[in-house]
Amino acid sequence: MSGEKFKAISAADFFYKNKEIAGFDNPVRATYTIIRELVENALDACEQYSILPDVRVKLIDEGNSIYRLRVEDNGIGVPYEQVPYAFAQILFGSKYTLRQSRGIFGLGGKMAVLYGQITAHSTVKVTSSQGGYEKYTYELNINIQENKPIIKRKEVLPNPSRWRGTIVQFSFEGDYVRAKPKVVEYFKQTSIILPYATILFIDPDGVIYRFDRITEKMPKPAEEVKPHPHGIDLEMVQRMINSTRSSTLVDFLANNFHRVGVATALNFLKSIKFKPDMNPKSLTPKELLTLVNKMKEYDGFQPPDAQCLSSVGPELLRAGIMREFKPEFVAVTQRGAAAYGGHPFIVEAAIAYGGEIPITPPDELTVFRYANKIPLLYDLHSDVTMKVIKKINWKRYKLDPATMPLAFFVHICATKVPYKTVGKEYIADRPEVEYEIEWALKTCARQLRMHLAKKEKAAFVQRRLSVFEKYLPMISQFAAELAGSPNPPHHEKVLKRLQIHAKEIEQRSVVQVN
Amino acid sequence: MQKRLNKEVLSKLTELGIEVYGQIERGEFPRIKLPIRSTSNIIFDEELKQLVLGPYKAERTASNIKQIRSLTQLLWVASFAKRLVEEGKSSTLRDLYYHSLNYGIRFREQLESDDTVTDLEALLMEPREAFNIFPKERSSIFGDLTIEYTTPETHKGMRANLSSNPDGVMIGLSVAQADFISCKADKVFVIEKNAVFRRFIEERVYERFNAILIDTAGQAPRLARLLLRRLNMELGLPVYLLTDADPWGMHIAMVIIRGSANAAHLRELTTPEAKWVGLWATDIKRFNLPSFPLTKLDEERIRLLEEDLRYRDFEWQSELQEFKKTKRRAELESFSAHGLSAIVDKYLPKKLKMVSEAG
Repeated sequence: MSGEKFKAISAADFFYKNKEIAGFDNPVRATYTIIRELVENALDACEQYSILPDVRVKLIDEGNSIYRLRVEDNGIGVPYEQVPYAFAQILFGSKYTLRQSRGIFGLGGKMAVLYGQITAHSTVKVTSSQGGYEKYTYELNINIQENKPIIKRKEVLPNPSRWRGTIVQFSFEGDYVRAKPKVVEYFKQTSIILPYATILFIDPDGVIYRFDRITEKMPKPAEEVKPHPHGIDLEMVQRMINSTRSSTLVDFLANNFHRVGVATALNFLKSIKFKPDMNPKSLTPKELLTLVNKMKEYDGFQPPDAQCLSSVGPELLRAGIMREFKPEFVAVTQRGAAAYGGHPFIVEAAIAYGGEIPITPPDELTVFRYANKIPLLYDLHSDVTMKVIKKINWKRYKLDPATMPLAFFVHICATKVPYKTVGKEYIADRPEVEYEIEWALKTCARQLRMHLAKKEKAAFVQRRLSVFEKYLPMISQFAAELAGSPNPPHHEKVLKRLQIHAKEIEQRSVVQVN
Repeated sequence: MQKRLNKEVLSKLTELGIEVYGQIERGEFPRIKLPIRSTSNIIFDEELKQLVLGPYKAERTASNIKQIRSLTQLLWVASFAKRLVEEGKSSTLRDLYYHSLNYGIRFREQLESDDTVTDLEALLMEPREAFNIFPKERSSIFGDLTIEYTTPETHKGMRANLSSNPDGVMIGLSVAQADFISCKADKVFVIEKNAVFRRFIEERVYERFNAILIDTAGQAPRLARLLLRRLNMELGLPVYLLTDADPWGMHIAMVIIRGSANAAHLRELTTPEAKWVGLWATDIKRFNLPSFPLTKLDEERIRLLEEDLRYRDFEWQSELQEFKKTKRRAELESFSAHGLSAIVDKYLPKKLKMVSEAG
């Protein structure tokens, strides 16, 4: 029972004592993290149910470095009885399934609430409805020691407009003045990757940042999947065994793991000489360890399936970039599904050229990184994307990041994003991920090079034509003077030939490009 | 002579116009075939004893974007030349360059328009003087030669004796094209620099040696070369060339004798019979002349000349070898070390004797 006790104490207390690791280490960072966590939760509440997101955020300066945040979404809403647990109890999930989402278990949001309670003695006020005849408001605190919600007030109100969604409000100690650049950047970058979302942000100075949706198309929501045997750990399997109803090892494997059926499970158990019909709960610790290690090594499992992932897709990615930068050209690509350590992932990338994209010095490249649709704003230079950009020989693609208006976009969607740190701000350079990013960017670079070559060719043909239009009349005039003719010859025929010639060249260049 | 030339040049220019006119009317890209003037197409003609252009030609066509501009320029220069000849006016390379600005013909610099004039020369096989385009004159002549002007109209029929001006008379178009009326001289001395030319006049060389003196002031301009050839061919005067003892002076003599690569497309500018009497590299020792070491540039020049077709004869090669051996050069003025008139009193008679014995 000591494990039980440990869990009850640790969850809220642990975060309380280690708040810096999750991005709350100072008021500036906390301001950014809190806004981000609540907006991510709001977006998840919409996207996972295929609702076009409509998120409104307002930050009010209450003086003495205290800010009040209000985030409203039109998502699925939280059921009446679950509100206290959803917002004021820090839990680990009960189901051992994985799904691509912005954060797992909404932990970050609860951390934000906890931070508000600690720094500003604030309760969190939650108003929600699932679109029924009632809406309800709670004011909650977290009992940190016992990790239990304290309900300060609750109220049920009629909902004649059948409003559906959630409004979360609480206060916290922060520093918006210094956090502002990152916060605004966060909204801007979020709107790029979510062109189907309408996001409104009113900052403490009353400045309105508004990003209207430009498309109603949405990517399919992510699906939950069981963990792949290559992506597990001992603790995870132990917990799964504790809660399983399967009475044989083969059933346990076939029922609980991604891409594992009865046949695969039997083959696997045979290869490690475990009896298929033994009860998983009877495994000794030593046997369990062997099982887990062998599962990680066994290469007879099918690779993880990326069906569960929700990528943005080339079309939407392009739309978002077009709205923000109005570039001359966007090269977009989506890689096929890949996997690292049992976790499926998909890389999408884009390179935009021209328009409102600035030309930057080589050490300040315009790079946008996303993980599961979250923009990553910190530690660019530690990120694998930056490593790849530095590695690629752009000259081969006739591109020069130092002198051309280029912007790079990389989105990784995964059931588990390989963050390097708990702060979730940059992606580790796992070779599988690095490889996919590299090829995604190279594919984009190739598209862009073709576009530029085509443009150059067209400009060349036009320039050529204008040279003829300038010189041919002169040649005609001088020829007439030399020949002693009062009228110059008719050079239109020659010009016409040229125009046909120009068209041929243009067509030829199109053929080459395709 | 001038009349005949004008007529011929005019008909060549008109022909060129008619050809291009026809091409355009037929809907073809205007184009011209030009002799290639690069060294790969320059050969030494044994009969003419000068450098000439080989048989290779290149097409300059409006269908090539890189050539259309230079084709336009060439046709403009042609039409400009036609107007000059028709109106009996003359112009210089500099003047032509400025005219081009009025016509929207963009020459990047005068070098480019000069080069286009040379193209036209090569195309029509006529010197630019035939189009009334003249280089800046800097050479002069002094001696007992009476001429009668044929151009311009204002001076036609007037006569002049070229010893009347102690500074020498500038060799311009009028002098170069004048008819020879009477000549008492029996030879021509060509000197590469003005200081020595003046000394020769002061020392009465024209009287003592019965010679016409010509100052080329460096490389001989075309009109000077034209006049030299006429003095040699029409009056049968032997021509003796005096230059510094260095690869540059040597080459001044060579260009007069065997022509320049720049004018390989032209005939009747060389004087194959002219003799280089010095200073030779071997003269430095022979006459114990004050000398200077060769510069790097000099030595490079010598290496180039060694491979030059015009220098393959034994006498020229041995002079080049002597330069390479001694690594010294000397100037015509260096004779002053032996007294003011040493060059005239000692050197000239001795060298003339050497040359006539050898020849």
